[in-house]
Amino acid sequence: MERVLMSGNEAVARGAWESGVEVATAYPGTPSTEILQNIALYDDVYAEWSSNEKVALDTAIGAAYAGKRALAAMKHVGLNVASEALFYSSYTGVNAGLVIVNADDPGLHSSQNEQDNRQYARFARVPMLEPSDSQEAKSFVKLSLELSEQYDTPVLLRMTTRTSHSKTAVTLGERQSLEKRPYLKDMAKYVMLPALARNRHDVVEARTAQLRQLAEEIEINRIEMGERWLGIISGGIAYEYAREVFPEASYLKLGMAWPLPEKLIRDFAASVERLIVVEELDPFIEEWVRGLDIKVEGKSIFPLVDELTPDRVRNAALRSGLLVGNGPPTDRHQPDTDSLPLRPPVLCAGCGHRDVYWTLNKLKLTVNSDIGCYALGALPPLNATDTIGAMGASIGVAMGMRLADLEYKNVATIGDSTFFHSGLPALASAVYNRTPVTVIVLDNRTTGMTGHQGHPGSGQTLSGRRTELISAAEVSRAMGVRYVTEVDARDLKGMEKAIREATDAGEPAVVVVRSVCMFESQHNREPYAVIAEDCNGCTLCFRIGCPAITKSEELDEKTQRPKARIDPAMCVGCGLCFDVCARQAIEEGAEKVLVT
Amino acid sequence: MNPTNFVLAGVGGQGTILASDVVAQTGLHIGLDAKKSEVHGMAQRGGAVISHVRWAENVASPLCEKGTADYLIAQEMLESLRWMDFLRPGGTVIISHQHWPPTSTVFATATYPSDEEILSAYRKLTDKVLLVDAVGIADRLNNRRVANSVLIGALSSVMDVSPEDWLSVLTSRVPVRHQDINREAFFAGRDGQWLLKS
Repeated sequence: MERVLMSGNEAVARGAWESGVEVATAYPGTPSTEILQNIALYDDVYAEWSSNEKVALDTAIGAAYAGKRALAAMKHVGLNVASEALFYSSYTGVNAGLVIVNADDPGLHSSQNEQDNRQYARFARVPMLEPSDSQEAKSFVKLSLELSEQYDTPVLLRMTTRTSHSKTAVTLGERQSLEKRPYLKDMAKYVMLPALARNRHDVVEARTAQLRQLAEEIEINRIEMGERWLGIISGGIAYEYAREVFPEASYLKLGMAWPLPEKLIRDFAASVERLIVVEELDPFIEEWVRGLDIKVEGKSIFPLVDELTPDRVRNAALRSGLLVGNGPPTDRHQPDTDSLPLRPPVLCAGCGHRDVYWTLNKLKLTVNSDIGCYALGALPPLNATDTIGAMGASIGVAMGMRLADLEYKNVATIGDSTFFHSGLPALASAVYNRTPVTVIVLDNRTTGMTGHQGHPGSGQTLSGRRTELISAAEVSRAMGVRYVTEVDARDLKGMEKAIREATDAGEPAVVVVRSVCMFESQHNREPYAVIAEDCNGCTLCFRIGCPAITKSEELDEKTQRPKARIDPAMCVGCGLCFDVCARQAIEEGAEKVLVT
Repeated sequence: MNPTNFVLAGVGGQGTILASDVVAQTGLHIGLDAKKSEVHGMAQRGGAVISHVRWAENVASPLCEKGTADYLIAQEMLESLRWMDFLRPGGTVIISHQHWPPTSTVFATATYPSDEEILSAYRKLTDKVLLVDAVGIADRLNNRRVANSVLIGALSSVMDVSPEDWLSVLTSRVPVRHQDINREAFFAGRDGQWLLKS
């Protein structure tokens, strides 16, 4: 069999295909996005971007009810959105297998928090498997679907940023072909009216008891005996780090994160002298083991906050005396990297979001922002954001601030994909209650931050088909917003006027700012250039935070400040610097000649 | 067998992840186990990017520990310095002689370090510093995207893996029409004519 390098996300997709999954749904979110992108490459699986995670999970649940194996994928905070669906599907169970792939983001590489979603498995009474590498990711998808059918439950598969985005070797298999399982109407099972749901709660608790028994026997929970002075319970990527730092120790490797195996843990604890848990984020296993009245250590040694790395595991072990010696020469030549110029992510050169935040700064408005590329408007030098919480939160928070003080000049900024994800219900509430909120939709017709996925306002599906494009302006009008304007991001004057009028309107107002994403399209001008003799180094153009604008070596004679320089390799010809320069010291790029 | 550890660094959009794919896949190609790890998403928007690759008979962690990288390959001068603490004393550092000042340097608070500052920092750690004019070579070949192949060629010149092994992986990762130019870039990197200083 062929052995290839695959990311965990590619391996999940491959596992879904091999296991005969026929319906796969998701809303994009780092680090889970590539799962559906890769599933979409297989012709024999229906794959879609749903408008949000709850819709994705409801859809996958429906497919499983109807008898086809299904998968829904989302990032950890996406499961918050989909949590209602998780909880009812735990009660109803499935018919064909359903795997819910959840990707946590320890270390907050691309998220607003680092919640540990193992808690959801316990909370919703749903089994959870947790792979340590791509091979396990693939085989655990298959196992999840089998358990789902066997125990009549959705199964959570917990990925993390490191298992999703690491590439490790995978042995490929063939696609399993499965018969559709017949759907039989069964109100007692699928209709969650209170009287019926109460009975299902009994079913769920009985199922959990059976799953506890399964956890004692399942192969993916295994003891690997080494030296007896140290016994380590671990799972997921933390297991690999522990293996690296304590190669001689004994291990209880838990491929099943929930439910946990009481007897197996007791046996393992009895066979080692010192028991520790190495786990990322919450002391989930540790507290459960302590609840069994077993002596165990974990977060007293290893950090609870931030992702683990082999360095952090080793340094924590050294500090606590668990390891003795120097380890690798980690601290011997620590260079002073703190003083280096930072290179945080930035809005791309030419990105229309920059024009919006420049204008909002000029108008001195309070900005309630949202999740997406435009969150980068919060970073220096723009600093043009007051609040960011979660997908779709901008509109509600903006309404609340306005209601607390009707004189407050604030706006919600929300991207087009986020607007369709969870902005619409908030806007409906604004119209219903006549809340004078201003919503600026930053419409670049793509889901930018996660790598340019389609959405209901993009006109293109995951499989690349053209489809109906829902216009943010039209849908706002249809919902009863009377003040709706559309402006181009490059029309600074028009945008400023529209935003002023919207915030003065005294009623719900929507300003749709259209722009093109630099990954999808381009501006129609060649690079701009600084006219050195006219530039006096005033720094105004620096303040738009464009990565193409840097300091030149040349100083202005009078001010002794460095003049600006535009890197022609990076400038894409948007012209915002030209518009903001007060001395006309920037030369417009020539119009692009279109080669056809 | 001790693992061979690589750290690749660059700026989002430079192709660091593709280059690390080639290194990881070459490990598998020569019969070893290989793992690699990096972070996608927000970190790629023009931000600093780091990718880890490890080769061994059996690799556990996909992440290298600080002070253990045998090879540090940087696609940008400042970014080489940012991850310097991963390099093992005596390890090899391969740096593309390219300067890409981040926006934080336009304000007086942060200064882009000089070549001399960067190189002397490395000389305290190792005498194996290869400064490569990868972009210059790529420009001469009329395709800036092959700068990565120049760096992989340079890496191949200091490792005991045959050029055929590297090339079979490298050329499998680019479209057929770009295979020749990537091969040319690889050998330009490998034969060392690019060396600016060492």
